[in-house]
Amino acid sequence: MKKTKKENKLNFDSKWTYDPAPESVDHIRLKDSYGLFINGEFSEPASGKYFPTINPATEKKIADVADANEKDVNRAVSSARNAYDKYWKKMPAKERGKYIYRIARIMQERARELAVIESLDGGKPIRESRDIDVPLAAAHFFYYAGWADKIDYAIPGAKSHSLGVAGQIIPWNFPLLMAAWKIAPALAAGNTVVLKPAETTPLTALKLAEIINDAGLPPGVVNIITGAGSTGAALVNHPDIDKIAFTGSTEVGKIIQKSIAGSNKKYTLELGGKAANIIFEDAAIDQAVEGIVNGIFFNQGHVCCAGSRLFVQESVAKKVIRKLKDRMETLIIGDPLDKNTDIGAINSKMQLDKIKQYIKIGINEGGECFQTSCAIPSKGYWHRPTLFTNVSQSSRIVQEEIFGPVLSVQTFRTVEEVIEKANNIPYGLSGGVWTDKGSKIFKMTTALKAGVVWANTYNKFDPTSPFGGYKESGVGREGGLHGLMPYLHVEN
Amino acid sequence: MDSTEKNKTLVELGTNGKTNGQTMKSDRLDVMKTYKIYIDGKFPRTESGRYYPLNDSDGKIIANICLSSRKDFREAVVAARKAQSGWASKSAYNRGQILYRIAEMLEGRREQFIHELKEQGSTSAQAEKEINLSIDRMLYYAGWCDKFQQVFSAVNPVESSHFNFSVPESMGVISILSAENTGLLGLITAIAPAIAGGNTLVILASTSKPLSAVTLGEVLNSSDVPGGVVNILTGQRSELLSHFSTHMDVNAVVYFGANGDEIIKLKESASLNVKRVSIYKDDEMYEDKTQNPYRIMDLQEIKTTWHPIGQ
Repeated sequence: MKKTKKENKLNFDSKWTYDPAPESVDHIRLKDSYGLFINGEFSEPASGKYFPTINPATEKKIADVADANEKDVNRAVSSARNAYDKYWKKMPAKERGKYIYRIARIMQERARELAVIESLDGGKPIRESRDIDVPLAAAHFFYYAGWADKIDYAIPGAKSHSLGVAGQIIPWNFPLLMAAWKIAPALAAGNTVVLKPAETTPLTALKLAEIINDAGLPPGVVNIITGAGSTGAALVNHPDIDKIAFTGSTEVGKIIQKSIAGSNKKYTLELGGKAANIIFEDAAIDQAVEGIVNGIFFNQGHVCCAGSRLFVQESVAKKVIRKLKDRMETLIIGDPLDKNTDIGAINSKMQLDKIKQYIKIGINEGGECFQTSCAIPSKGYWHRPTLFTNVSQSSRIVQEEIFGPVLSVQTFRTVEEVIEKANNIPYGLSGGVWTDKGSKIFKMTTALKAGVVWANTYNKFDPTSPFGGYKESGVGREGGLHGLMPYLHVEN
Repeated sequence: MDSTEKNKTLVELGTNGKTNGQTMKSDRLDVMKTYKIYIDGKFPRTESGRYYPLNDSDGKIIANICLSSRKDFREAVVAARKAQSGWASKSAYNRGQILYRIAEMLEGRREQFIHELKEQGSTSAQAEKEINLSIDRMLYYAGWCDKFQQVFSAVNPVESSHFNFSVPESMGVISILSAENTGLLGLITAIAPAIAGGNTLVILASTSKPLSAVTLGEVLNSSDVPGGVVNILTGQRSELLSHFSTHMDVNAVVYFGANGDEIIKLKESASLNVKRVSIYKDDEMYEDKTQNPYRIMDLQEIKTTWHPIGQ
C-alpha cells in the first residue's frame, strides 16, 4: 500500500459549526453579599467593608464579599483555637472522619451548582469545573475522611498528634479544589482551620462554608474569611497559628517563609512552576500533541504545574510544531458556561495585563509569536492560545512563570542535553515526558528534578497522589499518604 | 594482639604530640599531626590562611585548626554538587555497604578517636561511650540505606487508568551546622542520615571540639565514600552561618543547637531560595529517639510519577 504524503489538517469549523450549549444558571443560589464565616455563622467584617467579586467573562459583579482585617483574623483564629480545644481535639477520630465524609457527600449532591459558580466566578470552562474541579474536590474529602482514624498507619514507627490551628491561603486558579486540598487533610489529622480564598474567586469557598454548616460540624472547626493580601499576611503572622499552608506564587511563598522564621509554625508551600514537557522522536506524536495542548492550555494556563516549556527532539520538531499549531486552531475560546468551550476567560484584568506584558517581552527578546485566529468575545478578559518559537534558555518567557496560555518551544538533540535544559531553572514542580521507550521514560522521570512527573500523559490529579515541588516550587506534599505528614507533629 | 599494639602506639604518639614535644618520653621526636579541612576528597588548608589555636585544659596548644572562610565553603558546595548525582545514583545496596564500611573504619580507629575526645575534655568513660554510639549509629543508618524507600514509598490507587507511584529522592546538597557540644557523635548524627539518602553535604564541625572532624575526614576518605560527598570544614559558626543558609546552590540547611537568634537568622535567609530547614536539638544526642528514619526523610523529596495503563 502506498503511503499518502499529504496529511489532513484539522479544520473543524469548515465542516460543521457548534451551536451554543450553555449550562443554565437558574438553579444556583447566590446571595448579593457574603460576610465572614467564623464560628459557624456568617458575620459582618469589623471594618464594615466589602469588595465585589466579578465574572471575568462579562466584567459584571456577581456578589459582594467581606474584607477581613486583623480584628476579623483574630476572631477567626480564636474561634478555631476554641473549637480545637473544645471539640475537635477531644472527638474520637472515627467521628471526625464521619463529619468529613458528610462534607464530601453534600458536595457531590450540590456538584452542579458548585461547578456553575466556579465557572462564573473564575472564568474556567464548565467542562473543567464540572468534570475535574468539583468531583476531585469531593473526592479529596472522601479520601481524607477515611484517614482520620487510621493515622497511626501513615506514620510508621512513631507517635504523632495534631498541630492545632492551621492558617490556609489558596489561589484563584482552582478555588474549590484548593480549598479541599487544604481543609480535608487538616481536619482528618485533627486540626482546625482558618482558610482564606483568593480575592477574585471567593464564592465556592463560601458555598463550602454553607456545606460545612449543613454537615453539622462543630462551630469554629472551619472558618473561612475573605480578603486580599493584607488579610493573608495577618493570618500568616498571627501568633496563635500552628501551621501555614500556602498555595500561590514563589515570590509570596518566600515572603511567608521569611516572615514566620521567628516562630515554630510548620509550613507547606505550593509555589510556582515552569515545567518542561519533553517530546522525543519515538513518541506517539498525535497523543503527544494532545498532551502538549492539555499541558499548557488547560484552565487557560492558570496552572502552577502547566507544561509551559516545550522541548521537542530536533528530528520531529517541524512536524510536532505544525500539528500543534493546527490543533491549537481548533480550540474554542468563549463563554465559560458553554459546554463547547475549550478555553475560558482569564481570571482577572490584572492577570490578563501580566500575560500581555510577557507577550511583549517575548517578542522584544526576538521570539517568534504564533497566536490562533479564533474569535473572542468583546466583553471580558480573554487571551488567545499563544506559542513562541525561536526562544533561548535565557529568555524571560522561558525562565519566568507566566500563568497564562503561553507556550515556549525549544528543540534538543540528546537525552543529556534535554535533562540539563529541563532542570536548569529554579523551579521544580512538574514535568512531562513523551516516548514509547520504557527505559527512556524511567531515565527521564528519575533525572527530572520535579515533584510530579507525567509520562505519556499530563495534568492528571488524584486525591491519593502526592503533589508538590522541588527547589523553589515549594516545600511539602499535598494529597495521598504523604499529604498527612505536614498536618501532624511526629514525635521522634 | 597485633592490633592492640598498634592502637597503643597510636595513643602514645598522640600523647607525645599533645605535649608539643616539650616532655618527651624518649629520644625520639614525634611527628605531630596537622589538622586540615576536607574538601572534594582532599585535605587542603583553608584558602584564607587563618587558624585558631586549640588548647587543652592546661592551656597548652593541641593543634592549630583551620578557620574556614566563605570561599572554602563555596568550594565545598561546588564539590558537593559535582558529587551529588553520582552518589544519588549509586545503588541503595552499594550506599549501605559504604556506610557499613565507614562504621568498620571508625571501629578500627576507635583508640585514636578516644584519645582525641579525651584531649578535648572527655573522660575515658565519656569518650568510650561516644565512639561506641557513633559506630553503632553509622551502622544503624547503613541498614536504612535500602529500606527507607520501601517504608516511605507508595503506589497510589488513582481513580483513572494510570500507574502512579511516589518515592523518596535525595534533596541534593545540604549544608549542616554540627552540634557544638559533641566532637564526633554530633557529626555522625548529622552526616549519616543525609548521605544514607543520597545527599551530599558540607558540614561545619564543632568549634571547640574539632579534632574528631578532621580524623573523620580521614576515615571517610578511606571508606569508599567518593570525594565531595562529605565535605568537612572547621571554623567559627558565627562567621559561616549566613553563608550556609544563603548559598543559592544549597537545597537544605540543617542546624543543631538552640540559639534563638541564630535559628531565626538561618530560617530567614533560607527563604532566599526556599531552602528546606531542619532544626534539631543538640542535647539529646545519646537518646534513642535521635536516630530514626524521619531524619532521613527530612532530607528527601517525594517524587510522584504517572503513566497511563493501556495499549
